[in-house]
Amino acid sequence: MNISLESMPWHAAAGGAVIGLAVAVLLLFNGRIAGISGIVGGLFRMQKGDISWRIAFIAGLILSIAAWKFFWILPEIRIESSYGMLALAGLLVGYGTRLGSGCTSGHGVCGMSRRSPRSIAATIVFMGMGFVTVYLIRHVWSI
Amino acid sequence: MIMIIALLAGLVFGAGLILSGMVNPAIVLAFLDVAGNWDSSLLWVMGGAVTIGSIAFALAKRRKVSFLGVPMQMPTTTKIDKRLLLGSFLFGIGWGIAGICPGPALVLAGSGETEIFVFLAAMLLGMGIFEIAEKKHR
Repeated sequence: MNISLESMPWHAAAGGAVIGLAVAVLLLFNGRIAGISGIVGGLFRMQKGDISWRIAFIAGLILSIAAWKFFWILPEIRIESSYGMLALAGLLVGYGTRLGSGCTSGHGVCGMSRRSPRSIAATIVFMGMGFVTVYLIRHVWSI
Repeated sequence: MIMIIALLAGLVFGAGLILSGMVNPAIVLAFLDVAGNWDSSLLWVMGGAVTIGSIAFALAKRRKVSFLGVPMQMPTTTKIDKRLLLGSFLFGIGWGIAGICPGPALVLAGSGETEIFVFLAAMLLGMGIFEIAEKKHR
């Protein structure tokens, strides 16, 4: 793992600003909120004329590692959870973000940027549950 | 043009997630681990994103249509209801288990690791279950 990426908040803040830029571009040009779970979830509705921009945005996300590698070295990324845990986590993230109308991007970034009380409440709840879950897994159950 | 912007926004969003370190579940979990070796990265990412995002939404507020002439589609719901809270509650548990949320999950799909496809398949299944439940409800 690239230590500087982990220990220097500069990368984090700059990366955050780049995420903000992407949010700004999608919002100001396409009039859309960059909420990833909403963009993916909307594909299930199969509304005519509302599919292709979603696929284009998702394609951009998927291609970003390849594009990054073209210019820079990709920091090492490791997923350490077991398949069973990943499946459980995926189910909860998929169902939960749709029921709650948003995830870290839609509520966390976009919602907080427009000071939406609904998104601020959602962010407090999911972040709080993230803290509780990691605490239980790592320090109580030691899984 | 809408397509090019959407693709570009996805690419830039993904680059931001890579630069910030947020595609690495270990860094996200280290932020969520307040009782362990805490990593503040996620807070800085949010700070950076919300700073730029706030400017964008302030500009967007004053417009009915986008630069490309399409209507601005803003969320209309304002009620903090049970669905919002229960959904966020479940999402938070899932996020805490693996340290992966939908954006990084899609970026990581580009890494081709088997692990991420297990997560993604389950995530899409979860979204599908939600849609089926919604249809029955309506």
